Amino acid sequence: MFTRRKLIKAGLLSLPAFQYAASAGAARSSPANSNGSGSPPTPPFVAELPIPPVAQPVTTPLSPTPDVNPVAGEATRAPHQRWNEFFPQKFYEIHEREAYHSFHPNLPASKIWGFDGIYPGPTFHARYGEPIVVRFRNELPPNHVGFGIPETTTHLHGGHIASESDGFPADFYASGIFKDNHYPNFFAGGDPREAQGTLHYHDHRQDFTTQNVYKGLNGFYLLFDALDSGDETDPNPQAFRLPSGDFDISLDFADKRFTPNGELFLNPFDLEGFLGDKFTVNGAIQPFLKVARRKYRFRLLNAGPSRFYEFFLMTGTGQSVPFTYYIANDGNLLPAPLPNRGSVRLSVAERADVIIDFSPYRIGDQIFVVNRLAQEDGTGPSGGLLNPGTPILRFDVDHDAADPSQVPSSLRPLPPIDLSQVVKTRRWIFGDDNGGWTINEKFFNVNEVRAAPRQGTAEIWVLQNDGDWGHPIHIHLVTFRILSRNGRPPAPHEAGRKDVVELRPDDNVKVFMRFQDFMGRYPAHCHNLVHEDHAMMFRWDVVP
Amino acid sequence: MNRRTLLASFIVAPVASVLSRRAAFGEAASLAAGPRAGYFPDVVLRTHENKTVRFYDDLIRGKIVLINFMYATCKGLCPRQTANLVQVQKALGDRMGRDIFMYSLTLKPEQDTPEVLRDYARGHGVKPGWLFLTGKPDDIETLRRKLGFAYSNPARDRDKTKHIGVVLYGNEALDRWAACPAGTDASEIARYVLWMDGPKKK
Repeated sequence: MFTRRKLIKAGLLSLPAFQYAASAGAARSSPANSNGSGSPPTPPFVAELPIPPVAQPVTTPLSPTPDVNPVAGEATRAPHQRWNEFFPQKFYEIHEREAYHSFHPNLPASKIWGFDGIYPGPTFHARYGEPIVVRFRNELPPNHVGFGIPETTTHLHGGHIASESDGFPADFYASGIFKDNHYPNFFAGGDPREAQGTLHYHDHRQDFTTQNVYKGLNGFYLLFDALDSGDETDPNPQAFRLPSGDFDISLDFADKRFTPNGELFLNPFDLEGFLGDKFTVNGAIQPFLKVARRKYRFRLLNAGPSRFYEFFLMTGTGQSVPFTYYIANDGNLLPAPLPNRGSVRLSVAERADVIIDFSPYRIGDQIFVVNRLAQEDGTGPSGGLLNPGTPILRFDVDHDAADPSQVPSSLRPLPPIDLSQVVKTRRWIFGDDNGGWTINEKFFNVNEVRAAPRQGTAEIWVLQNDGDWGHPIHIHLVTFRILSRNGRPPAPHEAGRKDVVELRPDDNVKVFMRFQDFMGRYPAHCHNLVHEDHAMMFRWDVVP
Repeated sequence: MNRRTLLASFIVAPVASVLSRRAAFGEAASLAAGPRAGYFPDVVLRTHENKTVRFYDDLIRGKIVLINFMYATCKGLCPRQTANLVQVQKALGDRMGRDIFMYSLTLKPEQDTPEVLRDYARGHGVKPGWLFLTGKPDDIETLRRKLGFAYSNPARDRDKTKHIGVVLYGNEALDRWAACPAGTDASEIARYVLWMDGPKKK
């Protein structure tokens, strides 16, 4: 069958970009590899972009009081490392609950699982020097029927976190139990150049991460320090004064499918990867956002499960316009902003912070965030860009507002890479064995320690893709640096500190890893959630 | 295609045999169907014991199951995986055949008659609770696609030596399904299957 997309790909049909507004809802075709029927039609840009609330600390002390060792009612775990050194100053309690959520005004509310029953979950605003404990209470329905398993282990993606608070995939616990995750919020190795910014927390239950995250267990965790202070009027002369408050907006991109009745749908029998035919941002299908004529900071997250994106900005008249600045990759500020970026590419779980300056536009103008990356199935992008692509988010330039924010010409300096610290080079080959996803020809086994680097050392890890799939590789705990991609230095946007690296077919990427502050077991894995669940993961331990 | 034409076109499956088999599964017939019941093709299959069964009603409805695909003359992957699944069967002990069932469907139904599959099962020391299954090629193909054992790349999908060596594990009543490579350590697969129990058996 000649779908519209195939026609466009074949160049038989070209659409002027200004038809976006009219055609966006109809331009979707169903992914080829899915057994579900297509989702019901949803006209684009009728829902306003949801902004999740900021997580608030508890006002009455947690009971029982969190401690080094598990307390009554808490899941089994190792004692908290460095508890007294990073003694928690604030306490939070998050309830993982089933709830009803509206993805689009034309669809009935659908059952989701959310942190505090909302999707995305509450956004944490954490500060360096202010350690916290988050008590994650699993209150999901124990008798649940349908996709998703009511057992959870919450991972703070990008976090420099001790193993027992990291959400290791096998550390899941049942409904009725809680776990206290200790987030010390300190610079890795004590170096302020290691400061992070845009992290996200999500469920990591072994073999069921796709289902549980897709069902809604995902939220943002933002970290601020004296420089990236979250205050655009900060009197501190060192502060960056990037757009803040209402002008600092996190965007969770996730593709979904729905049953003909409008219920959230997932096909657990899609073993290559699962693609949606609806594009959501912060839980709303193709939303709009009213913006002021000033600068905004947007924190873009590809929340998966299996789709990669390449975002472009297009005006309502079909003109491509650049992102004003690209300032952070994987949540970590670059040494200097990258001006006038034509596109922003994100594999699953990668983040990009961008600045968009709406001041050159007129009130009434519309600017679209458009995904143009072609991807036909869960194996990865098929290569090439679609024209016009799919508009996912619309900015409506709506009013004027003061803009005390700035984008300094230099941001966070990079810590030096000291190769003399390297004691070992390890090779990790990402391949497949008859439909199962392998790393060095092995499948995940939680009991098998595949690498045991020593605390206080550094290593080079060579990540090699052996095959024609795309694999976004995520390593827990360590914020690494790319030394080379296919023998060449990394592009500017990925020359900073990272925790996910996109491996395209046959890519070879060398990364510099340091094992500094914590010991214990961690995973590394493909972040195509379906590949991750079907065994493209290995366990590695930091040892004394 | 309705049930009657299906049966009529499946020459080796006399209706009486289906009925007697269903009677033998009397307990199974009372198991509650899961919410995805309509998704699974209820096609007629033959077991390596030369009995006729329906895929949905007799094999998976209301049960905890493991499902993989193989064929008897497969040289590389299948013998290793079958040997591994024999270890899984051992690890699951007396629950196998009681409330946990394992099914291996042939990718080459034209060659893999019930007799061929019987010899294959015997050769691997397969115990009760695990059925090897053949059927009409079109039905097997429908099942293969519905259960996700197909690559989206058609050329790759035609290459039987690269066939998907994954084992599905699930609880049909809870509509809880996951998968892992059939070459995963057997003790791990056995542990995963127990995740399917749901809250009643902690």
